[in-house]
Amino acid sequence: MSGAGAVLERVWTENGLVAAFAVVGAVMLFSSWASARLTGGRLHGSAIAILLGLVLAVVGGIGAGGERGLADLPWFSGLGLLGGAMLRDLAIVATAFGVRLEEFAKGGAAGTAGLFLGLVLSFAAGGLVAYAFGYRDAVSVVTIGAGAATYIVGPVTGGALGASSEVLALSVAAGLAKAIAVMVATPLCARAMGLDNPRAAMVFGGVIGTTSGVMAGLAATDPKLVPYGAMTATFYTGLGCLLGPSVFFLAAKMLLPPV
Amino acid sequence: MAIYGTALLSLCLLVGLATGRLLGAALGIDADVGGVGIAMLLLVLASDRLRACGRLPAATESGVVFWGSIYVPVVVAMAASQNVLGALSGGVMALLAGLVSVAAGFAAVALLARSGRKGGAA
Repeated sequence: MSGAGAVLERVWTENGLVAAFAVVGAVMLFSSWASARLTGGRLHGSAIAILLGLVLAVVGGIGAGGERGLADLPWFSGLGLLGGAMLRDLAIVATAFGVRLEEFAKGGAAGTAGLFLGLVLSFAAGGLVAYAFGYRDAVSVVTIGAGAATYIVGPVTGGALGASSEVLALSVAAGLAKAIAVMVATPLCARAMGLDNPRAAMVFGGVIGTTSGVMAGLAATDPKLVPYGAMTATFYTGLGCLLGPSVFFLAAKMLLPPV
Repeated sequence: MAIYGTALLSLCLLVGLATGRLLGAALGIDADVGGVGIAMLLLVLASDRLRACGRLPAATESGVVFWGSIYVPVVVAMAASQNVLGALSGGVMALLAGLVSVAAGFAAVALLARSGRKGGAA
């Protein structure tokens, strides 16, 4: 018996990516069933699957104590590859197949306006919260504001400005909280936001910007909207890394009283 | 053959990511600026061109379509490998900073998405 178990374990862990396909397939199957039977189709199967993924990430985080959720457990290490940047980017680009160029062009201006507005809002929101919690120096306030943009903009901005490691960690946590909140809240708020057409999805991607959050949020709302949101969101982090340590830092220095 | 489609997709992604990196370097930052977006535009342009001259048979298309259809499962795997515990253990301030930013963003989307609809195509 233990021999068969050992063989199974070895085959499973040596073929991590293949095992991940099987695991995710099972999660999707259960989620579609739960969507139809438990919510009467009101909550999209994809939304349930993504929520379930997040819950599993907590379980993995508790079990392995790492930073990659369930993927840190040897039995589920393939999830890290399947959900990693490489295959994620390949899949997201593939969703653009069949989209007409005019559709992108139509939402382009609104999406670009959304990019700048979204960055200003995120930096302001994060910075204000930091200020309310007693941070008064421009470096810390801007770094936490940058984290509220995305969890990549945070440490890049903080690193450029020489923020303390404690503030850097806080900015990453703020960015993670944002990404996860977007994944969960988008399908619930989609109707209220008018998020049901390509142009709105391009605005959404630009304003919200956190790529993982936007991708998962739109997938859970309406997979047809994914390429439009992804198109603008992909510019957000780069633009944030550009504006954070420069424009937003100078603005914060002017607005904050000298320490 | 399906691999032609997948190869086309891969090439678009690689060229897009490289362009995004170069764009970032030109702006003086160590980050990718719009690499995936550029790759998407390349794929749309390339597939339009190939379809127009009849060089995009169904078999080739299937090599792209498969990856697009596997997108939701990939996102589920991504969700399962997020550092959710890290976000939750970052403290009240970090959570609040993220959540306030989302609330402000959602409100802005609601305004922008609707204003465009009322005023017609801007």
